[in-house]
Amino acid sequence: MATTSSTPQPSATPRAVAEDQRTPISLGRESGGILVLLIFMAALILTTNDFLTLTNLDNLVRQVAVFAILSVGQLFVILTGGIDLSVGSVLGLSGGVTALLLASGASIPLAILVGLLVGLVVGLVNGLLVSRFGLPPFIATLGMLGIARGVVLLLTGAKTIAPLPDGFSAIANGFILGLPSLFWILIVVTIVAAFVLGRTVFGRYVYAVGSNAESARLSGVPVSFVLLAVYSISSLLAGFAGVLTTSRLGAGIPTAGTGYELQAIAGAVIGGASLSGAKGRVIGAVLGALIMGLLANGGNLLGIDPFYLQIAIGLLIILAVFFDHLQGRSFSPMRRAA
Amino acid sequence: MGTPMPATPLVQLSHVSKSFGPVQVLKDVSLEMNRGEVLCLAGENGAGKSTLIKILTGAIPRDAGEYRIDGQDVGSPSPAQARVLGVGVVYQELSLLREVSVEENLLMGRLPAKGGVVNKRELRARATRMLERVGLTRVDPGMLVSELPVATRQMVEIAKVLGADARIVIFDEPTTSLSEEDAQHLLQLINRLKKEEGVAVLYVTHRLEEIFEIGDRITVLRDGQFITTAPTNQFTHDTLIRSMVGRQIETLYPERQHKQCGKTVLAVQGLRLQGSPYRINLEVHAGEIVGLGGLVGAGRTETVRAIFGADPIGAGTVLVDGTPLRTGSPQQAVKAGLGLLTEDRKELGILADLSIRENVTIADLSEVSRLSVISQRQEVSLVQQLVPRLRLKYHSTEQTISSLSGGNQQKVLLSRWLATKAKVLLLDEPTKGVDVGAKADIYTIIGDLAAHGLGIVVVSSYLPELLGICDRVVVLHDFGVTGELPIEEATEEGVLRLASSTPVSMNA
Repeated sequence: MATTSSTPQPSATPRAVAEDQRTPISLGRESGGILVLLIFMAALILTTNDFLTLTNLDNLVRQVAVFAILSVGQLFVILTGGIDLSVGSVLGLSGGVTALLLASGASIPLAILVGLLVGLVVGLVNGLLVSRFGLPPFIATLGMLGIARGVVLLLTGAKTIAPLPDGFSAIANGFILGLPSLFWILIVVTIVAAFVLGRTVFGRYVYAVGSNAESARLSGVPVSFVLLAVYSISSLLAGFAGVLTTSRLGAGIPTAGTGYELQAIAGAVIGGASLSGAKGRVIGAVLGALIMGLLANGGNLLGIDPFYLQIAIGLLIILAVFFDHLQGRSFSPMRRAA
Repeated sequence: MGTPMPATPLVQLSHVSKSFGPVQVLKDVSLEMNRGEVLCLAGENGAGKSTLIKILTGAIPRDAGEYRIDGQDVGSPSPAQARVLGVGVVYQELSLLREVSVEENLLMGRLPAKGGVVNKRELRARATRMLERVGLTRVDPGMLVSELPVATRQMVEIAKVLGADARIVIFDEPTTSLSEEDAQHLLQLINRLKKEEGVAVLYVTHRLEEIFEIGDRITVLRDGQFITTAPTNQFTHDTLIRSMVGRQIETLYPERQHKQCGKTVLAVQGLRLQGSPYRINLEVHAGEIVGLGGLVGAGRTETVRAIFGADPIGAGTVLVDGTPLRTGSPQQAVKAGLGLLTEDRKELGILADLSIRENVTIADLSEVSRLSVISQRQEVSLVQQLVPRLRLKYHSTEQTISSLSGGNQQKVLLSRWLATKAKVLLLDEPTKGVDVGAKADIYTIIGDLAAHGLGIVVVSSYLPELLGICDRVVVLHDFGVTGELPIEEATEEGVLRLASSTPVSMNA
């Protein structure tokens, strides 16, 4: 290394703090994502007349919020080096259960609470399968993807549950301070999650487990608990997204969320998360979801064939990881030198 | 030594420089290797030894300088070209495929085959010849590499390199994971290769004794620069260290006044490792450094891991400062005041993606957090409090730990346990793969910690180290204790004798 000092200069301290990769404000791994986002937005503003209309932005935010919440939950799991394939099905299950309860006359808070609880329980099962029984996360959550979807189809008889009380539909369709309620919900989820991952002891443990679970265990990190917790958080947020989806559509649709797990993973990865763990931030996951939402929205406005959009999103995922890989490689000789 | 010098050296590297980005790791370095000669490359971690080896093997290109083999300019060879030219390297981390048979490993990439079908008989015959060359006559070539002990794997690795017609063999820290006895075998083999087959050997090690035992000449690097080359007999232990480190290290092992030992801080009662018939009893007092000696495979690592609760145990109790530990919970062990520095730094120690700061504080975040919220300012100041004691070399507390050299990584891991205010530290091979300067620093830290009243258990395969820093040596064999020696009575012979005797079955 070029310059070394046996005692750090005091002047290095403030810079060192600002350099931290995980404080929510600074830009690190996400700078690429922000650039892509700005380019998309500029392009859409220039090429369409409808992008900057309130209706469209409202629509965009409501579309993106659900995906972003899923991506944030997914990020917790990905940071530990795992993956949660069950989130789409959990979204459907929680949303379906909430709708069923409402249709049978349960109060709105109770229906929501049970919906969230269903998500949490599924997450606990996922977490136990991974942490106690040592199943590979891919397998455990792939199994759960099938189970949760099957359960919601059985419970609902594969039929749409409607109508639902107006008070419930208002949750995701309403406005607070002139902005869509889902926008505020997303902001709150983002801030809380960023705080938990960036500032708390638990958040640090998540990164430690993702970096090397055995080293973390031998440093006294409660690895099993951390794994249990991240799968619970992911599923709980998926359940929350399910409740919101049901509210937004004003109906419980048993197939809601099909394929969303891949969207959630894509969002986290486009936002800079590494599937091998320990790298990635909440703000990145939200940006990733936003980029995908913009692509879909822009394509819609421009009348582009949605099949092309699928190709574009696929390319985006590959490019995002490719550039990350390039960056990692150009640094590696220096790290391994001597 | 009396080796005849041929007219042209087999290998000539002259005025070689190499930079990675802005960092110059080699600056005008020259080196010559002759047939039938062992050249030792000495230098601290970060001196540029690994980079030089990579240039020799063609793994990386050089920026400037000449590379000649047999007097011919070879340009910048690719790894494949270097192999054809006869350059072979035995790596620190073995390159054998674990779940593949010995014979297939030996001839991997050039399996004898016809139309894509492997000729088993020919394979067996060639593999057997290759194994004989390194004296491995009793190894079944059909065995999987994972079934072999580490020392044997190392020999297989050498057989593989020699089998590829290497005339120039580079050994990069080959004895790091070997017992004293196996290391001796290896050195004998190298001597034989040199004398009987005229192989030119480049030998890199942190064990100075080995340099003096096997080296004909020594080339010293420091901070990427060539310092000196001379026949081994022109160096003494002290002058070699001085030219490597560039500063005087008076004594490697710190002077320890035999302290009065305090109360018992660690009591191991009737600990039975899984699958072992023996029970281990051990007491460590405040301010005491207890060495765990024994051959590789004697159960030293297993014992400290069991004490720490890292693995399930057969039976027994561990008390830290009077508090019994729940078995199988490192988390509780850490809370009770125990710390474990593992032997395998890369796999079981560092959190490679995290920063120095995060690696230091991970074992006790309660120290720098309130209501579970971490204060980064407190973290940084904790790290800055700890590092001056460690002579740690780094740019910023925010750089990833994997960007540090082995010795500095080890210091960060030590400070991880200093940060926990542990009462007992279990140090498993604390200076493995660490250069001599950092070694001296680590010994000093261990001595300081004991002086501050910590109880310390040190596992080491390296006897001078064990005898140099410990107050008492407990010797293991076959997962049981074979005896104990106070430091005044401990000699290398004494420890070795105990290391091969039968454990005394102790009943708790």
